[in-house]
Amino acid sequence: MQFLVDLAVSFGATLRDVAPIILVLVVFQVLVLRQKLPRLKQIVSGFVLVLIGLSLFLVGLNEALFPIGETMAAQLTASNIATTVHEVVWTDYLVVYAFAAAIGFATTIAEPPLMAVALKAESASGGAISAWGLRLAVAVGVAIGVSLGCFRIVTGTPLQWYIIVCYVIVMVQTVFASRSIMPLAYDSGGVTTSTVTVPVVAALGLGLASNIPGRSPLIDGFGLIAFASVFPIMSVLTYSLINSKLTKRKNTPPQVGQ
Amino acid sequence: MTAILRAIVGRVVDALRDLTPIVLVIAFFQIVVLQQPFPNLGDTLVGLVCVLLGLALFIHGLESGLFPLGEAIAQAFTRKSSLVALLSFAFCLGFGTTVAEPALIAIAAKAAEVVALAGHIENDVSVRDAYALNLRLVVAASVGTAVVIGVIRILKGWPIHVMIISGYLIVTALTFFSPPEIIGIAYDSGGVTTSTITVPLLTALGVGLATSIKGRNPMLDGFGLIAFACLAPIIFILAYNMVA
Repeated sequence: MQFLVDLAVSFGATLRDVAPIILVLVVFQVLVLRQKLPRLKQIVSGFVLVLIGLSLFLVGLNEALFPIGETMAAQLTASNIATTVHEVVWTDYLVVYAFAAAIGFATTIAEPPLMAVALKAESASGGAISAWGLRLAVAVGVAIGVSLGCFRIVTGTPLQWYIIVCYVIVMVQTVFASRSIMPLAYDSGGVTTSTVTVPVVAALGLGLASNIPGRSPLIDGFGLIAFASVFPIMSVLTYSLINSKLTKRKNTPPQVGQ
Repeated sequence: MTAILRAIVGRVVDALRDLTPIVLVIAFFQIVVLQQPFPNLGDTLVGLVCVLLGLALFIHGLESGLFPLGEAIAQAFTRKSSLVALLSFAFCLGFGTTVAEPALIAIAAKAAEVVALAGHIENDVSVRDAYALNLRLVVAASVGTAVVIGVIRILKGWPIHVMIISGYLIVTALTFFSPPEIIGIAYDSGGVTTSTITVPLLTALGVGLATSIKGRNPMLDGFGLIAFACLAPIIFILAYNMVA
């Protein structure tokens, strides 16, 4: 019974979040476009499925993943500190970096918006980009990013230097990258941090920042999401570079005389 | 009906594969590293089944509803060929999806709290609420503007890297003039403002536009709307904090 109540609450919340989008769509459809959309019935039922699916997904996450993920983040970040009398050394938290990388990777693979973009990319590129390859590349980027972000919180070094260095690396990679992967790579920064990743990663940052002496959760707790959104850009650009090298080697040698 | 059911069963299998890493990571750290039993194993299993079913339904609805919807709208606007209508739609979509975004509401409240603690605004509930509300409106307007710029880029076929890198340079410049308290929040806000429904719609809209306009390539021009929608909040939160 409690479960059904939770489900109804979640459905209401999803509906409320989606209401502005529906409003914009309906207003423009009725007032501006004034043409019948093709396959309207299928679109509406698909939209309803999306809403039901998202509500179920969120209820399930709240029931299964978030409580345990958050407790785990708190326990892992707190476990060393009780015995620490000496100055905090970054090597005290190796387990946390490992957890950050693993959970960053795992939550990104389960991230629905990333699946959407990957499916679109596979169909738009005519199969040249595989949805799985893209998702794995993004997940590896998030894993490295979140792990490095935890290192930053532990060492208390300024966030902006990391991010600005990342920007410089992205700029350099852009020079070498193929034009057709760039838009997708830049997009993949934003799609990774969503429903599944943000709550778990935020709990991790908050746990670290409140357990390490001298760190303030309000100031140092932020920044993990920023890492998780910048690193996938680099990893997707790298993935495309490796991918094109491999395809070139497979399609040996280039035709002469064309 | 059976076709839909069969499709959904296939999606459940996919979802099972997508969720395996999370289950493995959590189980490993719980059992091997923390060496603790699972609390409320029953609830967790029920929750996992919901996540599985929900993901399967979501992806099925995405392919049968959201993607065709984004494409149909892109085609309808191309046929209509009214630039004003398309750009105002782009703005409303960006603004509308962001202003009510729960992640943004949380971030705005946090930002007001941080700024008040640092003494930049008065630490009073009504002052903080006003700051948070204004910040939300500014960010929503910035995402709306970003989607408009992104759509113009698709229409004109401008190269994306020049625009994104200019954005990075603006962020870098603003960072030097911003207090450290706000930087973390601003950088984080870029990632969280694009939600689960917005992303597929924007992607389908972009790819749909690039497909239906002559001379545009869906890979080269269709993607990138989300990149703009992520960069704009960083710039505008930093700038807003400077002005306010």
